Amino acid sequence: MENIAEYILEGRKEEWRADLRKSMKAKERTSLERVMMPEQEPDVRNKNSIEVNLGITEEMAVAEAHRCLDCAQPTCTTGCPVGINIPAFIKKIETGDFLGAASVIKQTNALPAVCGRVCPQEKQCELNCFYTQKLNKPAIAIGHLERFTADYERNSGKMSIPKTAEPNKRKVAVVGSGPAGLAAAGDLAKFGYDVSVFEALHEIGGVLKYGIPEFRLPNEIVDVEIENMRKMGVKFRTDFIVGKTASFEDLRADGYEAFFVGSGAGLPRFMNIPGENYNGIFSSNEYLTRVNLMKAAHDDYDTPVLMGKNVAVIGGGNTAMDSVRTAKRLGADRAMIIYRRSMEEMPARVEEVHHAQDEGIEFMNLHNPVEYFADEKGRVNRMRVQKMELGEPDASGRRRPVPMEGEGSQFDIDVDLVIVAVGVSPNPIVPSSLKDLKMTDWGTIVVNKETMQSSIEDVFAGGDIVRGGATVILAMGDGRQAAAGIHKYMTEKVAVS
Amino acid sequence: MNKIIEKEFFSENVAKFVLEAPEIAKSRKAGHFVIVRLDEKGERIPLTISDGDSEKGTITLVVQRVGVTSARLLDMNAGDEILDVVGPLGHATHIENYGTVLCAGGGVGVAPMLPIIKALKAAGNKVISVLAGRTRELIILEDEVAAHSDEVIIMTDDGSYGKKGLVTAGMEEVIQREKVDKAVVIGPAIMMKFGSLTTKKYNIPTEVSLNTIMVDGTGMCGACRVSIGGKTKFVCVDGPEFDAFLVDWDEMMMRMGAYRTEEHQAFENYLQTVEIAK
Ligand SMILES: Cc1cc2nc3c(=O)[nH]c(=O)nc-3n(C[C@H](O)[C@H](O)[C@H](O)COP(=O)(O)OP(=O)(O)OC[C@H]3O[C@@H](n4cnc5c(N)ncnc54)[C@H](O)[C@@H]3O)c2cc1C
Ligand SMILES: Cc1cc2nc3c(=O)[nH]c(=O)nc-3n(C[C@H](O)[C@H](O)[C@H](O)COP(=O)(O)OP(=O)(O)OC[C@H]3O[C@@H](n4cnc5c(N)ncnc54)[C@H](O)[C@@H]3O)c2cc1C
Ligand code: SF4
Ligand code: SF4
Ligand code: FES
Repeated sequence: MENIAEYILEGRKEEWRADLRKSMKAKERTSLERVMMPEQEPDVRNKNSIEVNLGITEEMAVAEAHRCLDCAQPTCTTGCPVGINIPAFIKKIETGDFLGAASVIKQTNALPAVCGRVCPQEKQCELNCFYTQKLNKPAIAIGHLERFTADYERNSGKMSIPKTAEPNKRKVAVVGSGPAGLAAAGDLAKFGYDVSVFEALHEIGGVLKYGIPEFRLPNEIVDVEIENMRKMGVKFRTDFIVGKTASFEDLRADGYEAFFVGSGAGLPRFMNIPGENYNGIFSSNEYLTRVNLMKAAHDDYDTPVLMGKNVAVIGGGNTAMDSVRTAKRLGADRAMIIYRRSMEEMPARVEEVHHAQDEGIEFMNLHNPVEYFADEKGRVNRMRVQKMELGEPDASGRRRPVPMEGEGSQFDIDVDLVIVAVGVSPNPIVPSSLKDLKMTDWGTIVVNKETMQSSIEDVFAGGDIVRGGATVILAMGDGRQAAAGIHKYMTEKVAVS
Repeated sequence: MNKIIEKEFFSENVAKFVLEAPEIAKSRKAGHFVIVRLDEKGERIPLTISDGDSEKGTITLVVQRVGVTSARLLDMNAGDEILDVVGPLGHATHIENYGTVLCAGGGVGVAPMLPIIKALKAAGNKVISVLAGRTRELIILEDEVAAHSDEVIIMTDDGSYGKKGLVTAGMEEVIQREKVDKAVVIGPAIMMKFGSLTTKKYNIPTEVSLNTIMVDGTGMCGACRVSIGGKTKFVCVDGPEFDAFLVDWDEMMMRMGAYRTEEHQAFENYLQTVEIAK
């Protein structure tokens, strides 16, 4: 981390930066109001699948950039898992050099248009901003600015394709095309490797495609990034399950010298309560996959999805928010979140919770389902919920929800669609096809934290398959770190032989 | 893209397809299946690999027309291309020398049964196959099954071919006559349910291959979940074969009907477009 701190401060000494700092008094800067992201009207957007956030204008971006103090100790950067030089890119925006800002971000973040949209900024960069920490004022809108910069570059038609080293004709395989795999593939291509990304589904992008809905992250944005990677020479193979279609052994025989496994945490968890297998009860993965990947709500696509008027979504994470807002958009009269803790403990991004509230989503916090009931055809029609209260903090430091007792602590709600979004487990296909791979008790792959190397020499891993469910930016950070680890391994391998 | 190399109708509603799929052909084993998506707007449906040729790089599927996607596939011809074919999925069948094995296949269930019959025979078992269908046209792959079985019994509901009666009658006949060490029953859910109730009476360990609704086939969605011995299992990654006596058949059949209204509507619409095209 030391050299990162150095690199961030070094930029700060440049003359233009120093002049820019002097061009406006700190007091003036801090008296400016934080920019507001223009949004579609709640009553309009909850009926369409167009992106909720419309993006800030150039003027708004420059105005917001003026707020940033270009701190001597830019604490914001410590909150960014990939160490973006935040003040450097913001100051470029202040001068109107938007493409310059984009190139600063792209030094450390391969998918800025994605992260600007989906990072939980309020827990990362923006949490650590001087404004939040010391001034008790709204943080610099780092996420909005990052998104603006990336969108500006994409729309400018001058998107830069990262330079790649001379091809070294050595083959590396990337397993899974989520953010971890894409980030690893991008860096490996830059190092000059012949990279193939293998993806089990028919689309590239992992959760970015099948999970996160278009109203939050349009597919087109992900596709542009993938197209750029193709231009860098990365090959993509869809409909290919490593460990099934071909084994690691087969791929080694085919000349692949190293592997990056970014296979994600794809296995949905259920609660194992009575009636959970009735029709009309989905995992969030199934619901979102049908709608996002298979386009089930479009008449001209074949895949069906059950529609509901009274929809209950169980859970309080991003997945739950995405599911409940999707259900609302598909015509639910009542779309409810049922979450066993309180609003404060909700793991979802704050912006998504606010958006959901504005869109008319009901929040039944401190409630937990205990049983489902169905009509004679087996379609769910009622659920029983248990009221909860918060007890002592548990190991994670959050107060543990405990069932309330007595009269009225359980009651029934009419529902015709239930979406269970209580978490996922690591996808077991890769681990079960590599016998010697060291795993944790939770089914995640054990890696060296520096190099991301697993217990098998030529297998590296990162993202949700290592962390068991995290964020896009952490997955990407892992992918990049692993690419560096693979590069080191490949270089040393040649030196030895 | 996977090219259709060969297509052959077994009956009006059942056809065999030989597809180009070199990697799958190499790694597939008896019991495996693939997920197929015909075109950009198509749904993903599971189909068992009923045969394969690793030299030629082809796999064989036998498909019955039941709804939109299967109907559309049956309308495709040699030379046409299928957009997505992914696999092999599921666990391969556990094969060992049990002694005498009774293999009961109903309708298109005979297709997934064929590779299992071949493997069981190759492992030294005595294989007695019972093929059942509503009527003569629905008896498929008889010659192929016969080539790898010690005996084949044909049952039709209407008596138009073989013996008249349900698959269970054919199974009873064998069980009454000789000692059966193991049974495999594959076909429509209702047939598997009653087939396994029959073997249960005689305590013959029985495997079934479940054909639930699926989306991804990789364990990601849970659409395929069933209760096995009171525990929720995913057919695509935990199966598709299970101990028949542990399956909650009624729940499974209920879940298979989840989209009946939507599917029916889609099929009607498809038939109309075909009519117009003619
Ligand atoms: C609905 C939803 C909303 C979310 N919202 C946010 C958010 O707002 N912000 C945020 O930061 N995070 C969010 N997350 C979490 C974030 O998406 C994940 O942490 C991240 O995608 C993990 O990336 P990954 O590359 O490890 O895995 P994934 O994105 O899961 O990708 C793994 C890929 O590997 C493929 N694969 C698996 N096994 C194989 C195999 N054997 N061979 C070939 N391919 C294989 C899978 O099909 C999949 O495409 C959300 C998650 C969900 C589900
Ligand atoms: C592991 C596995 C292996 C399979 N192997 C084969 C095979 O080798 N050959 C073959 O023809 N079929 C096989 N099936 C069944 C096949 O997947 C379905 O017939 C197909 O999905 C139907 O799609 P459709 O769009 O044509 O019909 P849909 O419109 O989806 O359904 C039409 C009607 O068929 C019923 N139906 C839906 N799904 C199934 C199902 N899974 N099984 C039986 N009836 C169903 C519906 O209730 C509905 O009434 C297999 C299924 C599984 C899970
Ligand atoms: S990548 Fe995420 S954490 Fe880092 S600066 Fe951008 S929004 Fe903040
Ligand atoms: S901490 Fe806040 S104000 Fe300071 S440099 Fe970072 S973004 Fe700007
Ligand atoms: S088909 Fe999705 S989990 Fe089995």
